Amino acid sequence: MRFRGKLMDIECIQHFTRVVSTVSKLAKTCTLKIDRSNVYFILPGSVVSGDISIWCELPQCHIFTEFNMEGLSEDADEIFLELTPENIVKAMKSARNAKWVKMKLTNKHIPCITFEVELPSLTNLPRTVIHDVPVCVIPRRSWAEFQEPKLTDFDISIYMPPLKVVKNIVDRMKHLGNFVMLSVNRNGEMTLKVETDLVSVSTHFYNLTCPNSRSWSKDPSVTRTPTQSRHQIKSVEVRVNIQKLAQFVSSQQVVPQKVVCNIHANRTVHFLLLHNDVTLQYFLPVVSM
Amino acid sequence: MSTILKAVHFKETALVIASAMGLKVTVEDSKCIQANAFLQAGIFQEFLIKEEQVTFKINLTVLLECLNIFGSSSTPGSTTALRMCYAGYGSPLVLMLEEGGVLTNCSIKTQEPDETLDFNFCSTNVINKIIMKSECLKEAFNELDMTSEILQILMSPDKPYFRLSTFGNAGSTHSDFPKESDMVEAFNCTQTQTNRYKVSLLKPSVKALSSSVRVSIRTDNRGFLSLQFMIKNEDGQVCFVEYYCAPDEDMEEDYDS
Repeated sequence: MRFRGKLMDIECIQHFTRVVSTVSKLAKTCTLKIDRSNVYFILPGSVVSGDISIWCELPQCHIFTEFNMEGLSEDADEIFLELTPENIVKAMKSARNAKWVKMKLTNKHIPCITFEVELPSLTNLPRTVIHDVPVCVIPRRSWAEFQEPKLTDFDISIYMPPLKVVKNIVDRMKHLGNFVMLSVNRNGEMTLKVETDLVSVSTHFYNLTCPNSRSWSKDPSVTRTPTQSRHQIKSVEVRVNIQKLAQFVSSQQVVPQKVVCNIHANRTVHFLLLHNDVTLQYFLPVVSM
Repeated sequence: MSTILKAVHFKETALVIASAMGLKVTVEDSKCIQANAFLQAGIFQEFLIKEEQVTFKINLTVLLECLNIFGSSSTPGSTTALRMCYAGYGSPLVLMLEEGGVLTNCSIKTQEPDETLDFNFCSTNVINKIIMKSECLKEAFNELDMTSEILQILMSPDKPYFRLSTFGNAGSTHSDFPKESDMVEAFNCTQTQTNRYKVSLLKPSVKALSSSVRVSIRTDNRGFLSLQFMIKNEDGQVCFVEYYCAPDEDMEEDYDS
């Protein structure tokens, strides 16, 4: 198994740092998957046990100027590593003004991803910072856990209002209760509601747009047959854990181009965030009454 | 409005009294300290009350969360509109807030009002009075030695005129404010008085002080302290918050003349 990549463009360095920062805000540990075309950050939560799950994908060619990888074997040409994203964020902090950053899978007593950062120097001598981020190699037999979650039939989809506004509101609602009711209807209305013995607060967003049945899928080739779609459903109301919702809306470093909210009543709330070339999917389980 | 309410928010619950003059929000602690926030009818665009006086108890923490539902820092150019309704005894307090096309409705349960203390502080019994700009007092209050149990306030027609003292683990601290200072706007002290107050009770008044532009400090013949803070809100309107504090009983000093 080999992996090495070199980031030479300061914008790519910052872009990568932002993506990892976002992931670090959503999960303490996650799995990094590397294949020939993409880099993925995965948290495979189980909906049944009420965990969130995350799937973040970005094309390697948009980050690395030089990229070289060799998976486990020819027919399993991928690498799965378990790590703490916060450690990558710390390593990348040194790279804010770097000339280049090299990432390499190494074995220093334990497997690591070594970050070598070359910093600008006032003298002729180079200034280099090296971070070793420990990782755990995930064996082939566990790879099945880390497959991309299938986007099942959703009852309703809607484009989210600006996350900053939602964040302010959810942050306040967090102090009032543990759960929030999220309702969406086809008229472009979304409501967030917290209700306890003492107080009931509901916030209504109007004039939101609903994506058509194809545009929410990031794969343009996915088509839906009329029997599969449930367009007859007018509105949906689900209950989710407010801390986990707050975590998602607070995690963004930049204003994303598109944030779609897909709801499967009784199962999950799926947020699909699109920004340039990065897709981030956040699955929030629905809590029953 | 939330700035004024935050200035008296040192306990979970508050008593709200609405009358034709406006709203009075009262918070008390240990039967020794009382804070009142006055939101006069004039600061509202519309203020309608059907009865002479309406009183209820409410959770102030929850009320402040609702008032700030769109975030505590207002983005430039955006204003939040607020409408409050109370249907009478037993009804919840209903708030409707709107900002940028987003609408929030809040319904907060109200409770049976408690009796509030009457500190019986009237102007005729005022012995000493000082009105000053809040700036310099802010520094002094922010640096109050928290290891000291009491704050001693000396007010006198003679030197040192106005002195704040604390007696903490590291030693005693005295802050003197001469009456000739630019910061002092009015100085009216007739008798030398030294009174002690529990620091823990007065600490909440620092919130009111930091939002205020001007403060009046008065003590009466029983050693009760009245602090009145003039607060300017975002629209430039003026509101008042007052704190009454009873002197610390364990160490009452004689009132010398």
